[in-house]
Amino acid sequence: MTVESLRRSPLADHPLVSGSGVRLVEIPFLTAVNVQGAPGFPTPPASGVAAWGERSVLWLGPEEWLVVGPDGDTFDLPGGVDVSANRTTIELSGPNARDVLEKGCTLDLHPRAFGAGRCAQTTLARSQVLLWQTSNAPVYRLMVRGSFAHYLADWLTDAAQEYL
Amino acid sequence: MLLIRCPWCGEREETEFHYGGQAHVAYPPDPEAMTDAEWAEYLFFRDNPKGVFAERWVHSAGCRRWFNTLRDTVTSEFVEEAR
Ligand SMILES: [Zn+2]
Repeated sequence: MTVESLRRSPLADHPLVSGSGVRLVEIPFLTAVNVQGAPGFPTPPASGVAAWGERSVLWLGPEEWLVVGPDGDTFDLPGGVDVSANRTTIELSGPNARDVLEKGCTLDLHPRAFGAGRCAQTTLARSQVLLWQTSNAPVYRLMVRGSFAHYLADWLTDAAQEYL
Repeated sequence: MLLIRCPWCGEREETEFHYGGQAHVAYPPDPEAMTDAEWAEYLFFRDNPKGVFAERWVHSAGCRRWFNTLRDTVTSEFVEEAR
């Protein structure tokens, strides 16, 4: 049982920049459950995301998914491990969001190759992230380990300077 | 930049992968019956061809799956990847 008043997100005291071209916000405390094996929910194709009510099912690998729900969501899945505390989420949006990511990510993020409903485990500025595009606006979510969150937030802040 | 084609995720940068050495090196069926020299041969000795080589790679920064490849050790071209 989490003591609500005591919990702190990795970027709670870490300001994130926002401007006309790029907006950065932390989405703390998303519920995330890693599932392997036979699932009891809709599954996406490889490198894709499926909707499961309010939740999203992200493809991690063959027969492996990350089910992401809102803060406080609880669900028990066979073969599921609650990894909510593993990562925090940084949301990156705005007309220059892709320009920022392209400074440190080697994936082809052009709309012809990547778009809403796609996800990938890859590296951004040498740190491992789960990159998830939620909208073609564009809006991206970066799910990153708590211990890498400050570094990645600083890197994003630096990379975003010219678009603020 | 060298791109490696993960059979699950597609083409990714080389830095997302780790190398696992020669593929298809089977664990000996009866290790206790082997001499030290035979055991050392199994543990440490690998082929080192000039040309196409069957190798293991792991997509460590991505899907974390192991897979087999055929890579030309002269050109570093990946001839084939298999799940
Ligand atoms: Zn992969």
